[in-house]
Amino acid sequence: MTPMSAQLPFDAGFGVYIHWPFCASKCPYCDFNSHVRHAPVDEARYVAAFRREIAHQAELAPGRTVSTIFLGGGTPSLMRPGTVGAILDAVAANWAVAPDVEVTLEANPTSVEAARLRGYRAAGVNRVSLGVQAMNDRDLVALGRLHSAEEAMAAVKVAASVFDRYSFDLIYARPDQTPGAWAAELKEAIGHAAEHLSLYQLTIEPGTMFERLRDAGKLVVPDADAARALYETTREVCEAHGLPAYEISNHARPGAECRHNLVYWRYGEYAGVGPGAHARLATATGRLALSTELVPENWLAKVEAEGHGVTEVERLSPESQGDEFLLMGLRLVEGVDQARYEALAGRTLDPRRIDDLARERLVERTPDGKLRVTREGFPVLDAIVADLAA
Amino acid sequence: MSEHPISNIRNFSIVAHIDHGKSTLADRLIQATGGLSEREMVDQVLDSMEIERERGITIKAQTVRLEYKAKDGQTYVLNLMDTPGHVDFAYEVSRSLAACEGSLLVVDASQGVEAQTLANVYHALDANHEIVPVLNKIDLPAAEPDRIKAQIEEVIGLDASDAVPISAKTGLGIDLVLEAIVQKLPPPKGDETAPLKALLVDSWYDAYLGVVVLVRIIDGTLKKGADITMMGTGARYEVDRIGVFRPKMTDVEKLGPGEVGYITAQIKQVADTRVGDTITETRRQTPAALPGFKPAQPVVFCGLFPVDAADFEDLRAAMGKLRLNDASFSYEMESSAALGFGFRCGFLGLLHLEIIQERLEREFNLDLIATAPSVVYRIHMKTGEEIELHNPADMPDVMKIEEIHEPWIRATILTPDEYLGGILKLCQDRRGAQIDLNYVGKRAMVVYDLPLNEVVFDFYDRLKSISKGYASFDYTITDYRAGDLVKMSILVNAEPVDALSMLVHRTRAEMRGRAMCEKLKELIPQHLFQIPIQAAIGGKIIARETISALRKDVTAKCYGGDVSRKRKLLDKQKEGKKRMRQFGRVEIPQEAFIAALKMDS
Ligand SMILES: Nc1nc2c(ncn2[C@@H]2O[C@H](COP(=O)(O)OP(=O)(O)OP(=O)(O)O)[C@@H](O)[C@H]2O)c(=O)[nH]1
Ligand SMILES: C[S@@+](CC[C@H](N)C(=O)[O-])C[C@H]1O[C@@H](n2cnc3c(N)ncnc32)[C@H](O)[C@@H]1O
Ligand code: SF4
Ligand SMILES: [Mg+2]
Repeated sequence: MTPMSAQLPFDAGFGVYIHWPFCASKCPYCDFNSHVRHAPVDEARYVAAFRREIAHQAELAPGRTVSTIFLGGGTPSLMRPGTVGAILDAVAANWAVAPDVEVTLEANPTSVEAARLRGYRAAGVNRVSLGVQAMNDRDLVALGRLHSAEEAMAAVKVAASVFDRYSFDLIYARPDQTPGAWAAELKEAIGHAAEHLSLYQLTIEPGTMFERLRDAGKLVVPDADAARALYETTREVCEAHGLPAYEISNHARPGAECRHNLVYWRYGEYAGVGPGAHARLATATGRLALSTELVPENWLAKVEAEGHGVTEVERLSPESQGDEFLLMGLRLVEGVDQARYEALAGRTLDPRRIDDLARERLVERTPDGKLRVTREGFPVLDAIVADLAA
Repeated sequence: MSEHPISNIRNFSIVAHIDHGKSTLADRLIQATGGLSEREMVDQVLDSMEIERERGITIKAQTVRLEYKAKDGQTYVLNLMDTPGHVDFAYEVSRSLAACEGSLLVVDASQGVEAQTLANVYHALDANHEIVPVLNKIDLPAAEPDRIKAQIEEVIGLDASDAVPISAKTGLGIDLVLEAIVQKLPPPKGDETAPLKALLVDSWYDAYLGVVVLVRIIDGTLKKGADITMMGTGARYEVDRIGVFRPKMTDVEKLGPGEVGYITAQIKQVADTRVGDTITETRRQTPAALPGFKPAQPVVFCGLFPVDAADFEDLRAAMGKLRLNDASFSYEMESSAALGFGFRCGFLGLLHLEIIQERLEREFNLDLIATAPSVVYRIHMKTGEEIELHNPADMPDVMKIEEIHEPWIRATILTPDEYLGGILKLCQDRRGAQIDLNYVGKRAMVVYDLPLNEVVFDFYDRLKSISKGYASFDYTITDYRAGDLVKMSILVNAEPVDALSMLVHRTRAEMRGRAMCEKLKELIPQHLFQIPIQAAIGGKIIARETISALRKDVTAKCYGGDVSRKRKLLDKQKEGKKRMRQFGRVEIPQEAFIAALKMDS
């Protein structure tokens, strides 16, 4: 594994993202492109479509060596292992694959899905990320999850026995959550974790059931101060247990970071395949942002008719690239390389703005010329980015 | 053209309180006399400016010539002038009145006499007008024509026994209005053979015709090709074109005494004409010029700055264009430490300010920042010199000032009794001196002397909210009086914001300072750092608030699929920042400059 400090500034790797858009039920907080279908999904037909879309993106970005693959969702653990294997084969048929490729699959921690983990490993998956979300049943019910805490821990145990690398997700800043209760829950979770944890503050996304509940006054989430206190707790507990944050919401033993997600944050290159997937490809005509049709059936029909599901192609201007680079890169504790920002954006970051932010201890310059957000800065990162990008 | 004898001409204005139905009545009169076909007719047809149509108010007085075959079998020429109701445009009313012999006084029969009803009646009486009261909106269930009739007699002292009950909306009673105009209003007087004497009522710029001048002939005859002289400016022209509004512009051969019409004459710009001037024949001049009008004086000033400094020249051009048709609006260049280059502009009142600002933004696509409106102060210096201060930022060193004088108004307010207490308190709080308190039926009528600087900001808004919209208000500027006035500065993050500084009365400074700081606290978004907001007089802080630093603003998950959405959000934020002004490190939204002045109590 590449140590983080040794990464080359302009080569953040090439990742392939595969989106599986189906779930067993829709969680009330979720705004992902996930869909519930009552009839069984024709996986073979989707595999054929994935194959075509992978080939299409390989045409746009040929000759790459794939360093990471991520099967996300939705709930990819609803796929049969054979389906996963066929998709991975399609990736390998279109690009070279690095020998140390990281292949992550997102899984929901139900007993049914746990039973398939071995099959995924046989298909080529070498890392799983489980959506545990909470360590107690009351909150799992409130989050609309289909699994119990016990079931989730059982799934984590299976994952630990099958994979060298696994991670799981928790959602915090839940209604009424106190820093004390969260610290205890988190410590318990760390007891089950190995090298990596994703810890997300509950976000009320537009268009979700939670948004309607909140607007109706039936759901009260922690205010800015309380949420900030919970964030501090998260950082402290994880750090004390050897899982320091390397990104806003991601914590890992040093060296065990999710390499696929690092491709995004380091603003590398990635293909995006499947309904509602996004890609960033460096082509001869510039850096392209692609996105595909959202509705699974429409995506399928489009791919079958046209060979790809891409609905939008945008050639990113230097300003947009600079903005995306900051939006992603400053999420990382390691910070961003200002020289690379200049190369992408065609302008420099305003040193006076940096000085002002540094004076407030929100950002700092590192000896090797990087700019990074401090611990005090992370809770207000979006405002910092808006300030620097202005 | 005048196949009609002068005795068959009637010139009249329609005056009323705002929204009592002047323009709607004008519509019905035009329709009833066949000025426009059904198809050409729209509501308030004379309100032709986009902003007039949108707000449903009249800003510019308009004129139209009607031909009416009366019951006596004769055909009369009626020149109608529709006037604005809002006090800011009272000047438009008075010059229309000067061109007529009579007025239709429209009173909404569901509302009764209001402050501008009174003000306009007095103007009409000053102009020696014969007045015909018209009770409008009798179609409304709440209309009480008999009670309102009594009220007109009692409050105004006008004989209302012949008041005409109508509905301008349905057209009911319009025939009676036409008859009353013919029978009750006097014809103009004038000598056809005397040297030409005509009143320059108004002038404006027309994209096709150039400068168009509205005239009222007093004596003599005006013909196409005539060699005329404007007696006030001394300018000489040859008349190109002569005509009347019916309401479409229609050319005629000549205009005789008592007639109202327009001329064009190769006049370069509206500024070359002076409203109220006397037009005469160059070779046979009238011996006695008309008294003329006092030019409309701007009473409220504020700075207008482009949000984007690059728009400065566009703003200058846009102001020039607006000024072409609105001489009551004035502007001169100014520069502000915080806002860069812009203009100090003078207006007839706050509605006028709002309208000009809106027109600049809409018709010329400009983004503007308006600074605190200010009245004109007269500063008496110790040296004996007197300075007119339009901009608090230009206030001289206090050590050199002997006294500061401020304009006062006399305000008349009519209100239902139950709101009287609140209104008296408002006037008292605004340093008012009560002059009179009376009852007009069930309504109270209070007269107050008030400093204009207490009125320009939000007095009218407050009055409306205290009285739930039922009180009406009118004022005239009376005089200048010495006042214990001080300059209050606002400091944001320890930096003075010149655009927010203002002159206030010493006794009111602390309260205003506190209100401003509180308002700014609401208006300025949280920043990454704490922002103190202070009000100060000289070096002394009299009020302070603190905007706490932003505590939390971070996206929890952001992966490959989220970045496009986040970038679009960032783009919006950048756009938003463009609508802000940077003061040191603080970004102030442009609306804040005016909004900060509106006090809630
Ligand atoms: N019900 C009813 N409504 C009327 C009548 N006359 C006018 N209105 C309504 O009253 C409102 C104001 O009418 P306008 O004719 O614009 O009033 P105005 O006096 O010209 O107003 P300003 O020019 O702004 O002073 C409009 O909504 C008209 O439709 C009427 O006879 N009956
Ligand atoms: C792609 S999602 C879902 C993966 C999988 N389908 C599941 O639910 O377990 C990845 C993670 O985002 C987090 N997440 C989704 N919606 C969220 C929200 N509104 N607020 C905070 N975290 C959220 C959850 O922790 C979830 O596990
Ligand atoms: S949170 Fe996961 S399981 Fe729930 S709807 Fe979203 S993608 Fe599906
Ligand atoms: Mg009107």
